[in-house]
Amino acid sequence: MQFMASKQPENSLLGPESDSQRTLYPYVTGTSVVALKYKDGILMAADMGGSYGSTLRYKSVERMKPIGKHSLLGASGEISDFQEILHYLDELILYDNMWDDGNSLGPKEVHNYLTRVMYNRRNKFNPLWNSLVLGGVKNGQKYLGTVSMIGVNFEDNHVATGFGNHLARPILRQEWHENLSFEDGVRLLEKCMRVLLYRDRSAINKLQIAKITEEGSTISQPYSLKTYWEFSAFANPAQGAVGS
Amino acid sequence: MTKQQANWSPYDNNGGSCVAIAGADYCVIAADTRMSTGYNILTREYSKICKLADKCVMASSGFQADVKALQKQLAARHLIYQHQHNKQMSCPAMAQLLSNTLYYKRFFPYYSFNVLGGLDNEGKGCVFTYDAVGSYEKVGYSSQGYGSTLIMPFLDNQLKSPSPLLLPVQDAVTPLVEAEAVDLVKTVFASASERDIYTGDKLEIVVVNAAGIRREYMELRKD
Repeated sequence: MQFMASKQPENSLLGPESDSQRTLYPYVTGTSVVALKYKDGILMAADMGGSYGSTLRYKSVERMKPIGKHSLLGASGEISDFQEILHYLDELILYDNMWDDGNSLGPKEVHNYLTRVMYNRRNKFNPLWNSLVLGGVKNGQKYLGTVSMIGVNFEDNHVATGFGNHLARPILRQEWHENLSFEDGVRLLEKCMRVLLYRDRSAINKLQIAKITEEGSTISQPYSLKTYWEFSAFANPAQGAVGS
Repeated sequence: MTKQQANWSPYDNNGGSCVAIAGADYCVIAADTRMSTGYNILTREYSKICKLADKCVMASSGFQADVKALQKQLAARHLIYQHQHNKQMSCPAMAQLLSNTLYYKRFFPYYSFNVLGGLDNEGKGCVFTYDAVGSYEKVGYSSQGYGSTLIMPFLDNQLKSPSPLLLPVQDAVTPLVEAEAVDLVKTVFASASERDIYTGDKLEIVVVNAAGIRREYMELRKD
């Protein structure tokens, strides 16, 4: 039996010190990500806000990143955990490239890997506080999936995280159809993002739209949506309200 | 200063219902395809049914991440079994494996409510029903999930199976033929969808018989 230095691992079951290592709540967070499948691939949108509680601390956070040749990852939730995930994925893609065998991890594989990572962290009661959206195209096959901080995952024709589930999914269910053109897809995403901008208090009017097709991925420059605040209901919101 | 409590739960219930019915020479396993969380629908097309072996199919409702992990565990163990014994696992053998796998996590359970269905070594239908920690029983029919409270009494009434309370113990397989059992499953889910908010969208039916495995779909209410 080998003699080894007996240092207690930090994340052992013993002692209150180990609890300080576990995530209890998120600090800097991103809000919704919305994505849909269209004719040539996947379109994904996310704003660039990083909130620190109710403060809008960071306004240029890129919450969507390309992964390898075939995938695009969007994240909401704790930004530092998203950065950690990108670090894990960097290593995954590196090893994939080092095989140098002409094969490469597709979006389905990356989604599966992320699901396992999220589920395993949940099992150790130390979750990565994110909801992830993974989209991509490989060999003509489009793929769009999502995984939550406790490991719940699925794929669908359109997905959203956080408030997007409440506000964007219903719009997508009504208006999404197979073989959307790029323009129609962008218009639909912008419609969803505009509703989120009006109604999600952690949303900001600075967003990026990312596209991934068989050829590769592009993430747009940040831009803002046109908004209209002159609705009479907004002008005098308490008019007609009982007891006001 | 009091110790900080976690404000997140490692569990969630993603809803749905599953049913399995055993017949003399067939087994019907069915589940809806709705995946929800709280009052939201996450997706309308998620399969809760997993083929574990040639003549053994499992349907599970509950926490989807645990269900997925459980299915992967069983599939991996089945592969090892095939390598070691050069044959497929029988349904009763898989039933025991599932029970042991669930009990292994007795103190941090798989939040998964399962029904296992298939053909035993003689080609007769068999259904096994489980709780989340592996307690199981061979029965003629069973349902699990949110809709089971609505479905089970209906099955008790319509399947014409011998009562489990009779002595001597009689075999619980239903005397119905395959087509009648499939029809009953469709009726049962249509009814459950009316009153259970977590059941609906689409019904997936898998039939295991001597000819192999067959899959069928039926639309359900989307509200």
